[in-house]
Amino acid sequence: MQALYAQLLVGLINGSFYALLSLGLAVIFGMLNIINFAHGALYMMGAFVAYFLLNIGGISYWWALLLAPVIVGIFGMILERTMLQWLTGLDHLYGLLLTFGIALIVQGVFQNYFGSSGLPYAIPDQLKGGMNLGFMFLPVYRGWVVIFSLVVCLATWFLIEKTRLGAYLRAATENPTLVRAFGINVPRMITLTYGLGVGLAALAGVLSAPINQVRPLMGADLIIVVFAVVVIGGMGSIMGSIITGFALGVIEGLTKYFYPEASNTVVFVLMVLVLLVKPTGLTGRAA
Amino acid sequence: MKTRSIASLLLTTALTFAAAGEASAQDKAVKIGALSDQSGLYADLGGPGSTLAAQMAVEDSGLAAKGWKIDVISGDHQNKPDIGTAIARQWFDVDKVDVIVDVPNSGVALAVNNVVKEKNGVYINSGAATSDLTNAQCSPNTVHWTYDTYMLAHTTGQALVKAGGDTWFFLTADYAFGAALERDTTAVVTANGGKVVGGVKHPLNTPDFSSFLLQAQASKAKIIGLANAGGDTTNTIKQAAEFGIGKGGQKLAALLLFLTDVKALGLETAQGLNFTETFYWDMDDKARAFSKRFAAKMKNSAPPTMVQAGVYAGVRHYLKALEALGGNPHDGVKVVEKMKSMPTEDDLFGKGEIQPNGRTIHNAYLFEVKKPSESKGPWDFYKLVGTVPGDQAFTPLSESKCALLKK
Repeated sequence: MQALYAQLLVGLINGSFYALLSLGLAVIFGMLNIINFAHGALYMMGAFVAYFLLNIGGISYWWALLLAPVIVGIFGMILERTMLQWLTGLDHLYGLLLTFGIALIVQGVFQNYFGSSGLPYAIPDQLKGGMNLGFMFLPVYRGWVVIFSLVVCLATWFLIEKTRLGAYLRAATENPTLVRAFGINVPRMITLTYGLGVGLAALAGVLSAPINQVRPLMGADLIIVVFAVVVIGGMGSIMGSIITGFALGVIEGLTKYFYPEASNTVVFVLMVLVLLVKPTGLTGRAA
Repeated sequence: MKTRSIASLLLTTALTFAAAGEASAQDKAVKIGALSDQSGLYADLGGPGSTLAAQMAVEDSGLAAKGWKIDVISGDHQNKPDIGTAIARQWFDVDKVDVIVDVPNSGVALAVNNVVKEKNGVYINSGAATSDLTNAQCSPNTVHWTYDTYMLAHTTGQALVKAGGDTWFFLTADYAFGAALERDTTAVVTANGGKVVGGVKHPLNTPDFSSFLLQAQASKAKIIGLANAGGDTTNTIKQAAEFGIGKGGQKLAALLLFLTDVKALGLETAQGLNFTETFYWDMDDKARAFSKRFAAKMKNSAPPTMVQAGVYAGVRHYLKALEALGGNPHDGVKVVEKMKSMPTEDDLFGKGEIQPNGRTIHNAYLFEVKKPSESKGPWDFYKLVGTVPGDQAFTPLSESKCALLKK
């Protein structure tokens, strides 16, 4: 039984990354109607920016949490301005292909310079060590990841669903022409939204840097699972993606305990089941 | 009836001469295919560096000046056996490759091993670890350089059991390599009076090991044996430190660790780990001289790993055998027989031999990762702890299940 608690908690930690990443994807899909396949590469860039900040600029983890999402977010906004915006109104497939291509290029460039083994990034001193919870030894850093990402997820949800800015955003996706008639700069809002989604990916990258290796392929390994999470939660649903992210982390954790060989497929089995029963995803509305 | 048989006799003779003529026409042409993981988790320990090692072996052989034409091509098997065999088949059928080298990932290696045998090519393996290549799956076309799972088990594994680590829990990569390493290590553990109390099989290329580490922790085994490699091993070690596994009295046994893994971990995390390799760039003057030339041509100035060193040594020996044969017979079995009949000697692995089952015998070295304060340069990582002579490190012929030995 104790082992089970431990596995649940560990699952929650992995769920935090799924939640942060799928949230970013959901925001981008919901507002821009783009299936952002570059998300994994941008997550990887977040981790690399944190690495560069520390090793070249001597800038600590705490500042990286703020700076890396901003830097990668700006990179994302440049992408949106120069490339993605021309795809508005076209079939989803075009956005998917473009972002997939971008992901391959970005990963290729990083791999060319840094190889595939990755680079070490130490846990910040303040978060080193661990606590004995009785049923398991919880590294402080992992606890921090869960709490921090939960706060960020809820804040994002609040921003989009409960504030005036969020209301504009949602209105702009519903009927951009009308919103523009009210004097709101819709293209700029779209760009900022993409920047926000990308920033969330980069933030997840910084969070994961001390746990995993900072590797060019770290995002490629994760992105497919995250897409499954988004599909299960319902494309474009903010709360759906948060809840599904955490829930699937837990389910995957339990699989690792009961039948480890299946741990990298369980998410996809669930995806198939959900799509068979409810094609719009668990919280999605019919299109 | 009679005329027909004479006609067929003439035809056969003509064909034989034609074939012989063709062979002598391409006598001094050789094509080497470096098949590796070029972009995934094993790319740094093999990958482009292995191709470079093969090219350097060709240059150093000096055969070009003697009128030989030797080409090196490379391929990416993406750690998938189906892609690996497809490339191998194309290389033999279309590109007329004579020898395939490297092939990390035991799953791919075992599949390629069969293709090479079928096509009567030569396979010089350096990257794959499974000891099956010179045991149950041995082939007259295959030579296994550098290391294997038997050697890892009988060096690192045995040393740990003898030092009191008598209960083991395995974290095993769920494919041919992990299974072979777990099997060979289990044999050593039980033979030395130890016990395996449990284990868990994880998928290849797993980013998060915390669930598995918790299970290992709960098992209370004294040794947690890592039967995985590359990125999987570095992630396990890094995350084990996070979960305080070293402090709880349990010890990690990194059964297979490469230079590039230590680089990726950083000395802060990796210090004190014990493991076995058969080559280290800073071992002696010859190794340093080679590594300096090698690093100068690598994109990130990395010195060679033991896998890349094995590719170099294997290709050098292969070319020596061809030179001794006076030309390339394009007959894999014949070339490998020649390779086995000649003692091996090169700057990287020293003197050795290739056994009848295809296993190359050379020294193995027990290393310990240096503390950050002991390291003097960007790749100064290892302290030599002990040397295991080749005949003790590798499978004795009496234990080998290779069918070639029954002749």
